[in-house]
Amino acid sequence: MMDESNPYLPYTVKIEDAWYETPGERAIKTFKVSFADEKVSDTWTHEPGQCAMVGLLGIGESMFCISSSPTEKGYLRFSIMLMGKVTSALHQLEAGDTMSVRGPFGNGFPLADWEGRNIVTIGGGIGQAPLRPIIEYIRDDGNRDKYEELMVVYGSRTSKDLCFQDELDCFMAEEGTECCLSVDIEEEKWDHFVGFVPNLLMEVEPSPENSIAITCGPPIMIKFVIGNLEKLGFKPEQIYTTLENRMKCGIGKCGRCNVGHLYVCKDGPVFSYATLKEIPEAFA
Amino acid sequence: MGDFKFAREKMADVLSGLGEYQVLAPLVTGDVVRFREVEESEVPVGERGRYANSVVPPKELMFPQTETLFRYRLGDTDIDVSEPAGDTGRVVLGIRPCDAQAFAIIDKLFGWDYPDPYYQKRRENTTLVGLACGDPGSNCFCTSVGGGPASEEYLDAIMYDLDDKFYLKTITDKGEELARALSGVLEEAGDAEKKAAEKQADEATSKIGRSIDTEGIPEKLPSLYGHPFWEQFSDRCLGCGICTYLCPTCHCFDIQDEMEQFDGRRARMWDTCMFKEYSLHASGHNPRPTRKERTRNRISHKYSYFPENFGVIACVGCGRCINYCPVNIDILDILTKSREAEVKEEKPA
Repeated sequence: MMDESNPYLPYTVKIEDAWYETPGERAIKTFKVSFADEKVSDTWTHEPGQCAMVGLLGIGESMFCISSSPTEKGYLRFSIMLMGKVTSALHQLEAGDTMSVRGPFGNGFPLADWEGRNIVTIGGGIGQAPLRPIIEYIRDDGNRDKYEELMVVYGSRTSKDLCFQDELDCFMAEEGTECCLSVDIEEEKWDHFVGFVPNLLMEVEPSPENSIAITCGPPIMIKFVIGNLEKLGFKPEQIYTTLENRMKCGIGKCGRCNVGHLYVCKDGPVFSYATLKEIPEAFA
Repeated sequence: MGDFKFAREKMADVLSGLGEYQVLAPLVTGDVVRFREVEESEVPVGERGRYANSVVPPKELMFPQTETLFRYRLGDTDIDVSEPAGDTGRVVLGIRPCDAQAFAIIDKLFGWDYPDPYYQKRRENTTLVGLACGDPGSNCFCTSVGGGPASEEYLDAIMYDLDDKFYLKTITDKGEELARALSGVLEEAGDAEKKAAEKQADEATSKIGRSIDTEGIPEKLPSLYGHPFWEQFSDRCLGCGICTYLCPTCHCFDIQDEMEQFDGRRARMWDTCMFKEYSLHASGHNPRPTRKERTRNRISHKYSYFPENFGVIACVGCGRCINYCPVNIDILDILTKSREAEVKEEKPA
């Protein structure tokens, strides 16, 4: 857990493994890391959906979702898209290197409240990263019985841009899990849906009955997914998403991540649509 | 608590009597008045009629413009934490009541969830000795936002400048402790001083020429999200950020790593929501892309979001944002217009 006497101090983590999920100018690289200090490793806890500041001394730090579930013990995972100064530096790192982690921050998904319900995750591109811990949490042996059907709806521009491909293959074969994939444009050897994620959602038509839907992805996708969920009969309280904004402190002090009176870093990043629809700045 | 007085020419004795403390006071620094440590033979400028308030607010004493969080050597994972300065007792001598109220406001933010150790350590080690305002500035409106020229609420002690002498009244235990340190200099004050102070406070209050009725503003501002009235102000705004840098309740900061050869530090520095880069995502997306959204955020933060989170308006009516705006954008004008603006029924774009 975060050093309460000084929340600005990061922990050192060692990269156990690192690999590319997707290629290209906006490549996504996953880092599997463990804490250098055993005491930190032993006491660290986080909830699916929580975030952490990941960085390098001399470069800086940025906020990323923790893409592993607390049920995956002994390490944390971050899936990071190449974008700016910090991510460019992080992408240079390989197994054996160190980086810094500060956190966990934010509220996480209310998974305890969702017990006994069907869970539908709707992701687009890198938006699958914050959804992954929900999926892994529910798939964990100790938790699987607590939830009903798990539906994973996920799409990206091309099949090369899908993250966590091996895991998606597993879901396909798993009982109690439905996995529906899409790509935006036609391609050879693709036998799943072709079209945008909101359209895929209408194709698979999850029932709102006793269900919770969580969507993460580009803002434009989220907007249309929420619209379509409402068409399917989901109420705002059944719809969740995560927001992201530029952050520096992670503890509701530096100011910049606010949407209205809410701070994404501490009041979020997880919000129900019932909350967000009252905040006009939420989707700015 | 105690009532004391000392002759004006004894100010130097007061300063030397506070030898145990680090004394910070308003002093001419370059072209402006700001708070810094009093050096030998310097006299604080807080004398009636000579100035209304420091240009740079004393928030920098708790929350410096740039501050090292920790140091490190490149290639090494060890971190050397900077101890906040001022771990011996500090006295801020001559802070205006509005600026003391500002500390009480940002205390809430620096204290919620994870307390900020750098800010809090300085705050705890500091005794605030106010100087009541005799001649408020032309844009002061403290009386509209819960303050007053001689408001004692957030001070440990308060001084009144009575021309030939100062009247000093202690308010808290910290203030009492300070008066004990000055026992050789202070004399017991009598009714004359108390009456003169009271008269001065009343006169100063009546000189406050500007005001705003804040009733209903926190609740109304969110409904003006898409309203065009913001543009009357944001079109004029140069985006210089002075309204926020000189605001005693603006608390936003950036965190940056700085390297010199192999020696690095992570530091935080004042930042402003009036800059485009403040909210700019690495992807190029900016949730507040123009000065309209940024102006709206500045005002809404002070008069709606902060009250929603902490139950208090994040403005003390010091008037600095009005005084130093290069294009005369006036927060009272914005608030007045917000009161008058009609809320449209349709959802904002």
